[in-house]
Amino acid sequence: MYELFKTKAEAVGAEVHRFKTKADALDFIVSFLKDEGVSDAPKGYALWAEGPFLDGVDRTSLQAKAPGLKFQVTRELAADSLVGISEAGYALTDTGSLVTDQTAIVQRLVSTLPVIHVAIIGTDRILDGKPAVFAKINPSNSRYIAFITGPSRTADIERVLTIGVHGPKRLVIVFVDDLEGAN
Amino acid sequence: MKKEFKDSVSKAVHNATLTTALGKFSEAYKVNRAKAYEGIDFEALRQNIADRKAFAASHIDLLAASFKIKAEALGAKVFLADSPDKVKEYILKVARDNNVKSVVKSKSMASEEIHLNDFLIKNGMSVKETDLGEWIIQLAGQKPSHMVMPAIHMTKEEVAELFGKEVHERLTTDIPRLVEVARKELRSKFLEADMGITGGNLAVAETGSIVLVTNEGNARMVTTLPKIHIALVGIEKFVEKFEDIVPILTALPRSATAQLLTSYCSIITGPVENTDGSMKQLHIILMDNRRTEMSHDVKFKQAMQCIRCGSCLNVCPIFRLVGGHVFGSVYTGGIGTILTAWFEALQNSEDIQGLCIQCGNCKEVCPGKLDIPDMILEIRRRLVVDKGQSLTQKAIFSVVNNRKLFHSMLRAASITGKPFTSGGFIRHLPFFLSELTEGRSLPAIAAEPFRDRFKKIKQPKLKEKAAFYAGCLIDFAYPEMGESLIKILNKAGIEVIFPQDQTCCGAPARYNGAYEVAGNNAVDNITALLKEDVKYVVSACPTCTVALEHEFIATLESLGRTDWIPQAKKLAEKTVDFSTLVKKLVDEGRLSFRQGQKLGSFTYHDSCHLRRTLKVFEQPRELLQKAGYQLTEMFECDMCCGMGGSYSIKLPEISAPILQRKLANIKNTGASIVAMDCPGCVMQIGGGLHQDGAPIKVKHTLELLVDQVEGK
Repeated sequence: MYELFKTKAEAVGAEVHRFKTKADALDFIVSFLKDEGVSDAPKGYALWAEGPFLDGVDRTSLQAKAPGLKFQVTRELAADSLVGISEAGYALTDTGSLVTDQTAIVQRLVSTLPVIHVAIIGTDRILDGKPAVFAKINPSNSRYIAFITGPSRTADIERVLTIGVHGPKRLVIVFVDDLEGAN
Repeated sequence: MKKEFKDSVSKAVHNATLTTALGKFSEAYKVNRAKAYEGIDFEALRQNIADRKAFAASHIDLLAASFKIKAEALGAKVFLADSPDKVKEYILKVARDNNVKSVVKSKSMASEEIHLNDFLIKNGMSVKETDLGEWIIQLAGQKPSHMVMPAIHMTKEEVAELFGKEVHERLTTDIPRLVEVARKELRSKFLEADMGITGGNLAVAETGSIVLVTNEGNARMVTTLPKIHIALVGIEKFVEKFEDIVPILTALPRSATAQLLTSYCSIITGPVENTDGSMKQLHIILMDNRRTEMSHDVKFKQAMQCIRCGSCLNVCPIFRLVGGHVFGSVYTGGIGTILTAWFEALQNSEDIQGLCIQCGNCKEVCPGKLDIPDMILEIRRRLVVDKGQSLTQKAIFSVVNNRKLFHSMLRAASITGKPFTSGGFIRHLPFFLSELTEGRSLPAIAAEPFRDRFKKIKQPKLKEKAAFYAGCLIDFAYPEMGESLIKILNKAGIEVIFPQDQTCCGAPARYNGAYEVAGNNAVDNITALLKEDVKYVVSACPTCTVALEHEFIATLESLGRTDWIPQAKKLAEKTVDFSTLVKKLVDEGRLSFRQGQKLGSFTYHDSCHLRRTLKVFEQPRELLQKAGYQLTEMFECDMCCGMGGSYSIKLPEISAPILQRKLANIKNTGASIVAMDCPGCVMQIGGGLHQDGAPIKVKHTLELLVDQVEGK
């Protein structure tokens, strides 16, 4: 399932990684933020939206390892951020999409406004397609359901596919095999 | 057709940027679409969509009521607006009540339909389109030319100039750089806007949800950043159940842009939190604007099944030449013609409906299973009912209604013996008569029509009989095709009779909206062809075959002449096209091929009616290959040759480049013969190659088979 998803998601420009444990995934995220030059500078910081993955994570030591990482998400901060981190609900192998409940405003802010969106998801959350996910999502308790398939794109000028017109220019998907009840 | 319209057609056809961009796109689209649909049963999928959408269309009141209850229970405000004015009033009131100064919009065809931007701007608001394509055309002061790709008609140079003016900077034509300019420029607009307006790809009655499908992410910002969200949704966007989203979401991106899914798809159900933690004002406007009336119309209710993917534009040979601006004021292409007739006025579609060449490409790919060509014919019919025929057409059709007069005029035409020019071919002879009145060049009219030659043909007395329906073109222009057909059928043990009272199949009248005339033609032909008991009624012209097999019934039904329907059905059952019949006879062992023939290479041109209405395309290819010809397929083998009955006379500016494209595709195969099953295509392509001088033979399949088949 994972390989199938990876192939489909990469075909639409997403970057897909997989880690055995939450700790490995955290290490990756920290080094990713460093590599992207995330810092406390204006327009250089990263925002991490609240979610189950963060439960039990020592945020202070994480911030020490990755300067410029903030857990408080506001509209003003999101507007100028470099990286947004959130968690996704499901991954679909047929289209390489993430499906997630974004009713909470922080979820939308960190996946809409930053230049790079990092999405974390349990490997057991991969489904084969829309019928499977539609059996699980319920609009009566998820008011804003988002399907996200690759980064923002346009082909409006001379049909040339160009990435990152309004939404994130990169979508980085981090799979975690052992998520210990998160998601 | 009005002169201004003809001028706009000719201007578009000569706009190399436009036609090149659209041509390239439509070529790539075909390949990419096929790839996107790999592993999907398209017929099953679209039947599924058609069923669900048809259900919604016939229960709109119920669904709207359920939607309103659901969405309002969650805190949204739902407003049912029957007219564009009521929509505008409502939006203005919301704006005034909330002191709205700036509006950001995500792409919404419904707002284009009611010219909402102008209205809001006149009322003192700033309005920004945020879809890149929409923003480009807003800056250019134009209207969209394509439902999915609104600025497909513009070059990067034009965009660079527009953006440069907006940001007061000289910009290069580097596309990623231009997109970056838009990103920067529009970001601040999103953040400062007081109100966001979107359309809606779907409205779900069961849950009160609105579904938004986009690639750029602007809809996510428009629905997240401003405190007020207005979703303006046409009531054709309804589906009953939440699960109904699945098939539509499967087809929409694949059909629109050949994507498996767009970058973003949002399902919004009731208001959500604003960025400051307060609750959003969510207004959902359900716009009617004659949609309910359309859903009650027997012919047009299927238009409610449209999911607005724009694939009818992407495959249309006319659209790719002229683009969207010629095609209609808001909605363009085939579906646009229909929506213009309804949402504006029937009369507003008068010119654009004439652009349809009735090739049927759009019908084949439509994920909502709309029969667009048929609805366009219905527009023609209603225009004729409303306004009547032009005097010239009246004169022509009164002749066609009188077989004896009609045929004697055709004979007279051959006697006058005017030279024909290869560009002046005409397929359906009523228009040849119109040519007479206009004093233009004549097509090649045979010195002796088939109906006279037939009497001299000696046939063996055979038990099985088939009636040959020649159609005007074989009868009066290509009688030798009829003779070949008889030779072939005789070899299979079938005697051919030729009912002399047969007349024009009525297609020219029908395709011009003159249904009364077509109905009379149908009755005359049914009477003539059923007079003797024959096993088959065979035709070698796909347009005639379609008339006999399908259209007689449809025409008589729409005229209310139901007493003729049983006879029309009887005729339809006996009717068969040439290649299908011969293939059957070969399969039955009644015809065989001379062995070991090496007859050279051929390429096959699929005639529109044969391929798409009759679904016949394997039979002629198989027969010709069995006979010893080698097939080299051509690019776009099933694209129209530009003949389209009288189309080539009415819109030569469009017909000519379509033919040129076809000729280039034929030549590129390197084959020495191009085969086809339609005498009209033979005339068009034959004329084109004659003028071109290329040494390629243009043949009807039966001409290539006549000397190669043997009886038992």
